[in-house]
Amino acid sequence: MSSIYDKYEAVIGLEVHAQLQTKSKAYSSDKNEYGATPNTNVSVVSLGHPGTLPMMNKESIRFAVKMGLACKSDITEDMIFARKNYFYADLPKGYQITQDKTPICTGGSVEIKDENGEVKHINITRIHLEEDAGKSIHDLDPYNTLIDLNRAGVPLIEIVSEPDIKSSQEAYNYLQEIRKLVRYLDICDGNMEEGSLRCDANVSVRLKGSNELGQRTETKNMNSMRNVQKAIEYEIKRQIDLIEAGEQIHMETRTFDVATGTTKSMRSKEQAHDYRYFPEPDLQPLKVSQEYVGKVKEQMPPLPKELFEKYTSSLSLSDYDANVLTETKEIALYFEEVIKSTENYKAAANWVTVNIKSFLNEQAIEIDDFSVNPKTIAEIIDLIDENKISNSVASQKIFPLIAKGSDQSPIKIAEENNWIQNSDSDAITTYVEQALSKFPDKVEEYKSGKKGLLGLFMGEVMKISGGKADPKAASAKLREILD
Amino acid sequence: MYTSFNRLSDDLKSGKITAIDVVKHYLKEIEKKKHLNAFLEVFTDDALAQAAVIDKKINEGSAGKLAGMVIGIKDNICYKGHKVSGASKILEGFESLYHATVVDRLLKEDAIIIGRLNCDEFAMGGSNENSAYGNALNPIQEDKVPGGSSGGSAVAVTAGLCIATLGSDTGGSIRQPASFCGNVGLKPTYGRVSRWGLLAYASSFDQIGPFANSVEDIALLMEVIAGKDDKDNTASHQAIEQYTQFDTTKKYKIGVPKDLLSGEGIDKEVFSFYTSFIDDLKSKGHEVEEFSFPYFDYMVPTYYILTTAEASSNLARYDGAHYGYRSPNATDIESTYVLSRSEGFGEEVKRRIMLGTYVLSAGYYDAYYSKAQKVRRVLKEKTEEVLQKVDFILTPTTPTTAFKIGENISDPVSMYLQDIFTVYANLVGCPAISLPLGNHSNGLPFGMQIMGKHFAEKEILSFSKSLDNAS
Repeated sequence: MSSIYDKYEAVIGLEVHAQLQTKSKAYSSDKNEYGATPNTNVSVVSLGHPGTLPMMNKESIRFAVKMGLACKSDITEDMIFARKNYFYADLPKGYQITQDKTPICTGGSVEIKDENGEVKHINITRIHLEEDAGKSIHDLDPYNTLIDLNRAGVPLIEIVSEPDIKSSQEAYNYLQEIRKLVRYLDICDGNMEEGSLRCDANVSVRLKGSNELGQRTETKNMNSMRNVQKAIEYEIKRQIDLIEAGEQIHMETRTFDVATGTTKSMRSKEQAHDYRYFPEPDLQPLKVSQEYVGKVKEQMPPLPKELFEKYTSSLSLSDYDANVLTETKEIALYFEEVIKSTENYKAAANWVTVNIKSFLNEQAIEIDDFSVNPKTIAEIIDLIDENKISNSVASQKIFPLIAKGSDQSPIKIAEENNWIQNSDSDAITTYVEQALSKFPDKVEEYKSGKKGLLGLFMGEVMKISGGKADPKAASAKLREILD
Repeated sequence: MYTSFNRLSDDLKSGKITAIDVVKHYLKEIEKKKHLNAFLEVFTDDALAQAAVIDKKINEGSAGKLAGMVIGIKDNICYKGHKVSGASKILEGFESLYHATVVDRLLKEDAIIIGRLNCDEFAMGGSNENSAYGNALNPIQEDKVPGGSSGGSAVAVTAGLCIATLGSDTGGSIRQPASFCGNVGLKPTYGRVSRWGLLAYASSFDQIGPFANSVEDIALLMEVIAGKDDKDNTASHQAIEQYTQFDTTKKYKIGVPKDLLSGEGIDKEVFSFYTSFIDDLKSKGHEVEEFSFPYFDYMVPTYYILTTAEASSNLARYDGAHYGYRSPNATDIESTYVLSRSEGFGEEVKRRIMLGTYVLSAGYYDAYYSKAQKVRRVLKEKTEEVLQKVDFILTPTTPTTAFKIGENISDPVSMYLQDIFTVYANLVGCPAISLPLGNHSNGLPFGMQIMGKHFAEKEILSFSKSLDNAS
């Protein structure tokens, strides 16, 4: 049965703020660091003292250009900075230095998966540079609001999408893609809980097939990707309900309430700020030359999409494997190192996505803290391929030793522990005969049709051989004798 | 006593006099002429302590090139550990945590900073009557204004309260008071002197510059305070020149805007001096070229739209929340802003913040701010064309001599029109100097203004020096 909600479609655009992890702030040499004691990374510039002036941090320009290149945006050659004026206690200058008419990047797109898993491009309107405000802390002192200006002046990029997003799931996928990108580019840690990645959602709804845009609302204060999804879901439903009830949707800014999972009005259009943008006279126009962009391009790390394509096409891995491998840059880079030393890509993918990942999970560590040289993993893979060790010996015995810090080579470990696989047919025959002699009854049963007993015999062969018997050869020998 | 630094410097080096003597002399003078209200604060102890250090350095032969130069700074220039208020109540009691670049450079060359000087609040005004601490008096006729906004800086030099001073010039705030008080004042090229540590009024116009009794002292000070500064993104990287190496023999091409030659709106005597001065220059072998420049009417409106727009943003930081004055009647964030700013700012500052906020508002931006930006661009282009043909543009500094205290205070428009010749240099970013060449029959001095090409300070100072020699 179709519901009234199916008659509508949502039109969603996201504004994503990403704090750039530069060493110093956007317009001063104050340290840019999260979690420092309040008001310690504040010089007279961050404090907005009389007579202070902004200084340009070139690193933030480079970071923004990287993001632009990753989104295939046009990089603006001549840009000016602008002031956005408003009063707030955590904004000591009374204005934010941002970009208005000449954002550093325009156009471009981000590739995501839509609800059906199909590739979809979300177009980017612009990416511009701006500085963060400080933090107002309302819940530490019962009577006063406390201000921490450590964050004041931290560089941000704001990535504004076109209203190409059609559902909360797409919004979620888009955000996930953005987060992956900024992490691959090493320009932002992408942590929504700590606020280094923030998102405002512009949402409207309209009847399917209509070309007109409905009245939109802007929702703020969603501190996780799931909350963005929830807020959008709520907002879509709220707007459809209003329309169905014959009511109007007002252009307004709304805030997401985590506790109730709802959005509520923050301020209406009439209360909207007039930011009185004008060119920042304290900063000269900035030229970003083609040559400079070329240099940044050379330093670009591989991007998840490129790696995904490489893995699925030239390495013939499954979409699933490619996805897991490209989930984070660190995993992908590890995998890249492994495949420098082995050509068994499928096995390499398995080792990284299964053995290594589960070890990381067990130990609750990141791949950066994983001490095994990728070359060693390649060596293990090659030993298996050469039938020198069995898969089970490799994954259950050798890998745990190495992962826990053994500095011996896999082959040495195998030799010392007498784990080198025996595929010598005499030895195998002996193991098989010994095994079968233990279960004369079962052999009879097998012969009368209970073929499933083969597993039992195999297990016994492995037990007797101490895991060294080549399973393929053992299984062949068993069949030869039994059948 | 000494009216310029050259002789003083010789006497200090020869041991005829000590820096302490010099400071003590000026402290006495300041005390004696306290009623002029030139200084908002005298740094007595610091100045004496520094003089002692400098005397030692002089003995050791390690003193800097401004050793013993006693200087006053306008109260919008930051001096670490000292109060700076922009002559505003809103910064009452505020102490700077850092040195302005100019202060840093003065101190490195062993200048002695003796105090901070009165001015119009946040450098907004042309009479010094907008100071929250009362206006300074013109030392030549005390019922007249000293000009502004750097009124105290001009008064201190003329009244012999120190050797030289620093002021700031956004639309004439150095040159107009220099003209009214009869001394030399230079507004450098925009970007020639770092603005780090200058309380911003209109960032794309503001420049710090010197006042002195002689062109030599101006040149010497410029050698010290000018030059690139990483702390000011708009400070030029162009190398500074040796301004004190004057070439006084060179003949120049002087441009005279035809549009001013009707004399309309200019005091008769000022105007007739101006025309005879032009003839004088010709007779000295300079070439004078008249050119048409039909844009003077647009300058004052353009100036006021753009400077107030920038000011409305620059002064947003004085909000009662972070430092400076906070209204005792404030109960929450909104009333902190409204009351602190209403009570802390003076009338003229509030007028300009309102005007600037208005011209930047949605719906008015294109009609005012954007259009004024375009006019400014046209003015720059047209001026560049003119300055390709001539070396300098010569005008009177001010249309009149110093007016009576209170005479224009209730008529902001006629006050603004005082700026007609001076705002030009700030709109186009060119350097301009006011030279005390005229003496009116009313007993007051007035200046001639020479404006040059960007970074042509050296030519301006050389030409000025040649005129100085002749007089």
